[in-house]
Amino acid sequence: MTWLSLHAPAFVLGIPAAAAALLALLPGYRVTARINVAASGLTLLAALALLGERPAPGLFLLVDDLNVVFVLLNAFVGFTTSWFSASYIGHELGTGRLTPPYLRFYHAMYQVMMFGMNLALLANNIGLMWVAIELATLTTVMMVGIYRTHEALEAAWKYFILGSVGIALALFGTILVYVVAQVAIGPGLGAMAWTNLVQYGGRFDPALLNLAFVFLLLGYGTKVGLAPVHAWLPDAHAEGPTPISAVLSGLLLNVALHAVLRFKMVMSANAGVLAPGPMMVTMGLVSLIFAAFMLYRRRDIKRMFAYSSIEHMGIITFAFGMGGPLANFAGLLHMTMHSLTKSAIFFAVGHVAQIKGTQRIAEIKGLTVTHPVLGWGLVLGVVAIAGLPPLGIFMSEFLLVSSTFARDPLLAIPLVFGILVAFGALLLRLNSIAFGEPVGSTARSDASYVPMFAHLALVLAAGLYLPAPLVEWFENVAKVLG
Amino acid sequence: MGKIEFDIAHLVAGGLVLVSLLLLYQDRMFALLRFFAGHAVVLSLAVAWQALIQDKPELYITAAIALAFKGVVIPLALYRIVVRLGIHRELEPVVGVGLTMLAGIGLIGLALVVILPLTSAADPYAREDLAFALSVVLLGLLMMITRRNAVSQVVGFMSIENGLILAAAGAKGMPLVVEISVAFSILIAFIVIGIFLFRIRERFDTVDVGALDSARGEGERR
Repeated sequence: MTWLSLHAPAFVLGIPAAAAALLALLPGYRVTARINVAASGLTLLAALALLGERPAPGLFLLVDDLNVVFVLLNAFVGFTTSWFSASYIGHELGTGRLTPPYLRFYHAMYQVMMFGMNLALLANNIGLMWVAIELATLTTVMMVGIYRTHEALEAAWKYFILGSVGIALALFGTILVYVVAQVAIGPGLGAMAWTNLVQYGGRFDPALLNLAFVFLLLGYGTKVGLAPVHAWLPDAHAEGPTPISAVLSGLLLNVALHAVLRFKMVMSANAGVLAPGPMMVTMGLVSLIFAAFMLYRRRDIKRMFAYSSIEHMGIITFAFGMGGPLANFAGLLHMTMHSLTKSAIFFAVGHVAQIKGTQRIAEIKGLTVTHPVLGWGLVLGVVAIAGLPPLGIFMSEFLLVSSTFARDPLLAIPLVFGILVAFGALLLRLNSIAFGEPVGSTARSDASYVPMFAHLALVLAAGLYLPAPLVEWFENVAKVLG
Repeated sequence: MGKIEFDIAHLVAGGLVLVSLLLLYQDRMFALLRFFAGHAVVLSLAVAWQALIQDKPELYITAAIALAFKGVVIPLALYRIVVRLGIHRELEPVVGVGLTMLAGIGLIGLALVVILPLTSAADPYAREDLAFALSVVLLGLLMMITRRNAVSQVVGFMSIENGLILAAAGAKGMPLVVEISVAFSILIAFIVIGIFLFRIRERFDTVDVGALDSARGEGERR
């Protein structure tokens, strides 16, 4: 067991990499879909082994309290999404939107993306992390464009250009951090390691570190989907295959957020710098309120939930920007709950869009009547994402709002306002989608609902009762985040 | 390290900023591509010079990539795309040339004002290099904003990237520069392939989408 946990990072990275190579070679979609699920399942097991004894941080890889949360979530949602995807793609092949060669490419890319995200999370080197995030972005760009319709290519192109500009700004910030760090730590790989950056952060030149953080926040913030630089996100979510929308919302945004959080830790190790918190609070609030209003005007169901992702990333960024043990705890919990709920919603939406043959909200009505299981699953998901009790998101939002009220009531007002506006929009749309006279096809679906209900069950369980070890673990991470 | 080495490093890095300014006002596609090739050549000189004075042989690889890939392969590929798609007359800047140039000069000033006072603690090589690199990055961003068509946006993006490589090469002893430049080259290769696919679709769309994709039975979607 100890041996396994000491080598777990190698497995977490090695399994997706090997699976990607294998999937690129194998024909036949049934087999490859199963291998995709199996590989993701093995990655999840390897990620669970990270919970045991941890290897000492090396020059390239690092396992600590913070990234274990992200890696586990990543592996879990990656696994359930691959399961969902296996039941999703059969239909896409049937309607001819995807062909077997594209599917082979799709599965290989899926594993490359998992590899990129895990590498970005486990990297102990700011340069390596940057390369890994770029890799994950590239693979998602290709998958967003995989249908090769005009809209899909346009969405992929927009994602590509905006994402590239974001990643370019982030690299400039990364170089600046290295320039600051090598004065204090000395040239070489050591000056790019997270462990050293946090340890010696207090000795860095504050002025240059400030500048670096602005570039990093804007650069990685593009990837997180924060408001002024979010434009790629709705298109990319709406036009790609739904499993990719689920991992984009549930995982890739988190990976970028993880990068921001790490740099924030470096900043907070230094007394002389600008506080990074207010910048994040502002960007978070702007994203939240902007996305909340945009929710009302959406006609495409996937686009609507994409805006809801912007809204929730705004809330999470706000929480981490506030800082302190309680807000950080709420942020972590909210991030976990959002990943689980949003991917569950996309699982449901994926099947709905397949049944109805459209993503237009106006042409989807009365789901609970025609497809009770799917319909009520979607209702539960939307109720959860809107923040109603007793589900997990209510818990984290309640924690965040109450801690903000205690510390800074003026900031709590826009926060509550944004949450309520979004709440209204979601329930309004839910009402027309789920209830009333059915519209559109009533064809039966042979989809697998296990992934969706597994996620929703976890969200419900977290809302009712959080196990003490989990609370303790999150509290630890919240303390590390400062 | 002597003063002359210092001066040459500045000369070449400053040259890169100048070529960026030249890129800003090109209004013909082929001229734009030629100047971009020049941009890459100046970059490779700058990186090679850093390799020499810092005694880091691996930077020669980065210089070689800049020269061969961005100085020759990419401009040629873009040239072919432009010819085949017949879009060589399509440069329509959103903002006028005069205003763009003024904004460009303003951005260079901004980069110097921001970087120089902040980096007094860093070593002098990195300092001016960073200022020049930030100017190149900002000019590239300006170019992406003021141009509408895909090819000149990509040229803008690649000039941003050249600025980043300049910054990375100038940062003393920075590891992974080669890896980062390789990663960027892959990114750019994908972008170029992307334009190719994208533009083809744009042009065929008006005629007959089915001609390209009849095999996939597409068309129910829209």
